[in-house]
Amino acid sequence: MSDKSHDPNQMTGAAMIVRALIDHGVTDIFGYPGGAVLPIYDEIFQQSEVQHILVRHEQGAGHAAEGYARSTGKPGVALVTSGPGATNMVTPLTDALMDSIPLVCISGQVPTHLIGNDAFQECDTVGITRPCTKHNWLVRDVNDLAKVLHEAFYVATTGRPGPVLVDVPKDVQFATGTYHPPRKSDVHRSYAPRVKGDAAQIRKAVALLAGAKRPVIYSGGGVINSGPEATKLLRELVEVTGFPITSTLMGLGAYPASGKNWLGMLGMHGTYEANMTMHDCDVMLCVGARFDDRITGRVDAFSPNSKKIHIDIDPSSINKNIRVDVPIIGDCANILGDILQVFKAEAKKPDIKTWWQQIAQWRARNSLYYKKSNDVILPQHAIQSLFEATRGKDTYITTEVGQHQMWAAQFFGFEEPHRWMTSGGLGTMGYGLPAAVGVQVAHPDSLVIDIAGDASVQMTMQEMSTAVQYELPIKIFILNNQYMGMVRQWQQLLHGNRLSHSYSEALPDFVKLAEAYGGVGIQVHKPSDLDGAIQEMISVKRPVLFDCRVAALENCFPMIPSGKAHNEMLLPEQANDEATAKAFAGGKALV
Amino acid sequence: MNQPASAYFIEERHDPNETHTLAVLVQNEPGVLARVIGLFSGRGYNIESLTVSETEAQKHLSRITIVTTGTPMVIAQIKHQLDRMIPVYQVVDMTETRRSIERELAMVKVRGQGEHRVESLRLADAFRARVIDATTESFVFEITGNTDKINQFIDLMRPLGLVEVSRTGVAAIGRGPEGM
Repeated sequence: MSDKSHDPNQMTGAAMIVRALIDHGVTDIFGYPGGAVLPIYDEIFQQSEVQHILVRHEQGAGHAAEGYARSTGKPGVALVTSGPGATNMVTPLTDALMDSIPLVCISGQVPTHLIGNDAFQECDTVGITRPCTKHNWLVRDVNDLAKVLHEAFYVATTGRPGPVLVDVPKDVQFATGTYHPPRKSDVHRSYAPRVKGDAAQIRKAVALLAGAKRPVIYSGGGVINSGPEATKLLRELVEVTGFPITSTLMGLGAYPASGKNWLGMLGMHGTYEANMTMHDCDVMLCVGARFDDRITGRVDAFSPNSKKIHIDIDPSSINKNIRVDVPIIGDCANILGDILQVFKAEAKKPDIKTWWQQIAQWRARNSLYYKKSNDVILPQHAIQSLFEATRGKDTYITTEVGQHQMWAAQFFGFEEPHRWMTSGGLGTMGYGLPAAVGVQVAHPDSLVIDIAGDASVQMTMQEMSTAVQYELPIKIFILNNQYMGMVRQWQQLLHGNRLSHSYSEALPDFVKLAEAYGGVGIQVHKPSDLDGAIQEMISVKRPVLFDCRVAALENCFPMIPSGKAHNEMLLPEQANDEATAKAFAGGKALV
Repeated sequence: MNQPASAYFIEERHDPNETHTLAVLVQNEPGVLARVIGLFSGRGYNIESLTVSETEAQKHLSRITIVTTGTPMVIAQIKHQLDRMIPVYQVVDMTETRRSIERELAMVKVRGQGEHRVESLRLADAFRARVIDATTESFVFEITGNTDKINQFIDLMRPLGLVEVSRTGVAAIGRGPEGM
């Protein structure tokens, strides 16, 4: 026997994986077993430090890990087998890449000698996931495994966070090698994201801010990703400058919705005041957002008369869609701290009273107005009621994608970051239910609600079974209009009201479905029953499918038609047939 | 009317396209070239020429030289996108520095007899191309130079019996004593 047999760092590849998870503080992972990961599952079975949540589909594992990551700020971890296990992860990986979510996926692979042979459940996992990860690795030697795993966690969580994948062939899982705990040299020397902002650029930015007459702060998901310090500093900056602030879908909660400088969300379904403020401002401070097309509308008419300051940790976000005047590359918290320091030392709060008066006029348009009804539940009303019922509670919201998502963003006020989990960049229907599973695993005692649509929720409905198995009392709040609402809205607005395949002919009975899974089903039709039903949903300590029957043909306004500018919004009261036809003329080709 | 074709369509610019040569220093590891090429195809950038070879074996460093075209905004994007890849050490725009030398090597096979054969040899001499293979009815010329020179040579060979061409693509290096 060699001395090596006594070395505690000698272990199998499978053991290294579990050990690395423990060394990185991972307590929960989401996964699905299969042939090529059996050695890892065998190790998981023989320990108790890492809890494994068995999902019903690998996509669910990915979104659950995303929900876990977004609600905690820690990386989410998914474990899947080779072939279909890996290909089922492509959607969550892409979703996490678009929304900059730290995700570590470990996939099994066929044994190295079979790679390239079209073996059973073989696919080119690193090839398939190369464009949908921040980085990925195929580990061919067990002695490289520890280094790669540590680097994977480092890459996922630093700089602009994102998903990574480590593909581990089965023979490498069985082979014995030397493990080492995380160390600096595990990381590529070529990877060194910039954290500190350039001092000269920060001075330029402060000079612009101090001289602004019509300023606006436009913040995004980067502030939330940067951590609690960035949120604190952003709030302080708003306080110190007195500037109005709006946010992207991804950035909701960084500044509290109840804050007096809050304009609401901006963009395609943002508020009138947020978009008009963006359009007419003279100085724009963009913090951790990326001028996405849902935000800018028509780019050549986007905020035409402003000087733009852009803080981003990813240099490739600068000048990608919109040319900016003062780019500052680095971490939001770091740069906001520097800006505040310089501003406080050298500048005075600018007098922007007339600007606020103008904003007040835009606010008075009440762009989120909708007409309540006594006969039928309006979806906006349902979200507002849900918001009122959960006020003061420790609540986390996830969503699917579509009208309900926009209504949730418009009508649910977020006071804190990490409370709002939604698929922004990729727009993944089916995201919310598994994400809620992940959030509830991370926060077992909190109220976790997936605001869903009847179409989206069916894409990953199987994860109800996961929720039941692990006694995760998630609440699936379905705004059921029996349509793919946003598809139908676009068909109405742009395709002559020809509702091609956007009507769900054969919806399941969600109450029975909930019961079939071992959960609780609640259905409500009448506005007068809504509040009571919501209370019942909240008080049940089991997974609930809440079938909220809402007005079938309600549309989501206000709206900037694709290809139009911020000051060409369509407001709800203007959305008669003629105005709508005019607003959307020629926009058919747009997305 | 003047609608952009898609909301994703970046502002219609009439900036002229520029051709840039980028030198990219990367960790030589499996898949690194696929990452770079995938970036170009995935984001719709052009590759005019691409060469890659390990340049420092001990440090596992490879150097990729890419000739690409695009508007200044696109070229800037390409550089940033390359630079943020994990195994990429450095991206240098050899065109922007204006202090670089570019060379390409081509092997040119020409088949012909009589006057054509003599003429091809004469032109090869003028272009400082070397004969590296010969039969009684053919030559293979080796020519080194910048892309324009090689294009010109190939054009001249065409009527003289050009059979085929193999080119290495562009390699570039900065002038002066400093490295990249």
